[in-house]
Amino acid sequence: MAKHTYVYVTYILTTPEKIWEALTDQKISASYWERENVSDWKVGSRWEHRLPGKSPDVVGEVLESDPPRRLVTTWKVPGDEDNLDRTNRCVFDIEEAGGKVKLTVTHSDLNDKALANVSGGWPAVLSNLKTLLETGHTLPNPYSAVANHPKG
Amino acid sequence: MADDMDPVFKALADASRRRLLDRLHADQGQTLGALAAGLDMTRQAVSQHLSVLEAANLIATVKRGREKLHYLNPVPIHDIHARWIAKFERPRLDALAALKQNLEGDRDG
Repeated sequence: MAKHTYVYVTYILTTPEKIWEALTDQKISASYWERENVSDWKVGSRWEHRLPGKSPDVVGEVLESDPPRRLVTTWKVPGDEDNLDRTNRCVFDIEEAGGKVKLTVTHSDLNDKALANVSGGWPAVLSNLKTLLETGHTLPNPYSAVANHPKG
Repeated sequence: MADDMDPVFKALADASRRRLLDRLHADQGQTLGALAAGLDMTRQAVSQHLSVLEAANLIATVKRGREKLHYLNPVPIHDIHARWIAKFERPRLDALAALKQNLEGDRDG
């Protein structure tokens, strides 16, 4: 079966460290991505992508981890992890670019079905991430009632 | 947030550039040579159009050996979509687009 690659780029007014944190922190990833990313992000470790508290939709391995510059993971279907046809690879490259930070997502080894799932999803995830980091707006803040409480 | 959509609309306001995006939409990861093949444009003109599209972040490029591969980057188009199309309108707009396509045949604009 033909394998596909997709490349997505967004420029975000933030720091590489903040993008790295947003990609790898369980709570922050859940706030803009709906699903949380869970791992210790060491090379060789397992990572999971799941609705908070649910069983994972995607699992895989951390292939490269160079904070805050480059993160490479495999994406596999839980329960079918040895199936190479359903294994794909996702690279996050984070670079400073003229006062902004360029985030490049390269998702490769996608089969036709995975392509259909992925190609609608990334632009929305990246837009949400950008909005979160630039405005803080998509971050649901469970403590807002406390934070807004009059201090005097 | 700064409104950085001007380069996107300027890049899209050209039929040749939209055609190049159509070609990448159909087949991602093409070289300049592949993109220029069969088009009524010089290789140089195609290269200039690609630069405009890349500056607007509508395409991303990846170097592979001596080749440069071009990918349609739909993130700015998604931003346009997200700005003016409400979530609840989407299924009806999809239905209208499908109806139009059915009635007119699947032709390229």
